Amino acid sequence: MSEHIVSVRVYVTIFLVLLVGTALTVIAAFYDFPWQLNTIVALTIATVKATFVVLYFMHVRYSSRLVWVIVASALFWMGILFALTFSDYWTRNWLSVGY
Amino acid sequence: MIETHATTEEVHGHRALQHHFENMEQQREAGTLGMWVFLVTEIMFFGGMFLAYAIYRSAYPAAFASASNHLDITLGAVNTGVLILSSFTMAMAVYFTQVGKRRPQILCLVLTLLLGLTFLGIKAVEYHDKYTDHLIPGNLIPGNSFGPAVQEEGQPVDHHKLHLLPGATVKQVEMFYWIYFAMTGMHALHMIIGAGLLAFLLFFSIRGRYDPEYHSPVEVVGLYWHFVDIVWIFLFPLLYLLGRHFEHG
Repeated sequence: MSEHIVSVRVYVTIFLVLLVGTALTVIAAFYDFPWQLNTIVALTIATVKATFVVLYFMHVRYSSRLVWVIVASALFWMGILFALTFSDYWTRNWLSVGY
Repeated sequence: MIETHATTEEVHGHRALQHHFENMEQQREAGTLGMWVFLVTEIMFFGGMFLAYAIYRSAYPAAFASASNHLDITLGAVNTGVLILSSFTMAMAVYFTQVGKRRPQILCLVLTLLLGLTFLGIKAVEYHDKYTDHLIPGNLIPGNSFGPAVQEEGQPVDHHKLHLLPGATVKQVEMFYWIYFAMTGMHALHMIIGAGLLAFLLFFSIRGRYDPEYHSPVEVVGLYWHFVDIVWIFLFPLLYLLGRHFEHG
């Protein structure tokens, strides 16, 4: 299996996508969306930008399955970190027991 | 017993091939894999700080929005652009190494290094602004402990003063600045280390060490540099943009 060389055109496209994403996130921040939508919009744009960086700048799209597994494991453990911690913080006021 | 001794070049194929690898392909893949394992530990490291941010922001939403509004959105946005451009030049440095064009490769490494230093320079300006507004948390700077001037109702608007949204206290704003300095500080430290790695790459690429067969070091430093970029991609909206819509909505 020989190495895949990502073309200059792909790199330029990703670069432009990242710049547009940055502009969008700044513009969106000044609109007052209902509920928690401001945070959700900001995090969605950031996640899309990060995904493009990982897949193309970091070549994961063209990497071996083993690299995919390792990247996925990072997301998996991050999920555990956040899910277990917030299962505590978000539920603290659900029962009126003194602590 | 008579043995024919082949030269190192014949046995290993490339001067940079280490003896415990079969060929350059395997060596490169092992290097990339090792870097990714390291990056997973880095993701978990920064993940802990993002978690702390999430907990305190959900506890003190008004204070976090007030404190965030005091940050300079223009400098933050420009720095995001600088870092994205540096990621692009880094990716191009890897590309030019892969296709064996040394001059553009060196140029891209120099550009990446300069952009990284530009980022750190702008960050230093921002830190200095926080210093003069007495926003360095706790007593980290002797003689300049945390104590921003608060904007009162009816006074002329002063951008050096802290504009507290309803429900926010100065003490809670201090918590935001602990997290702000911890996260951007650790990020800046990673940038400084990255600049050092780039200087290392530059030194050896000028000497012609890297070629299409052997470019693992450039690739691996590139992975690190892009990772640091990704951390900033999340830090920028979370720290700089979270309270703007309360002021302009």
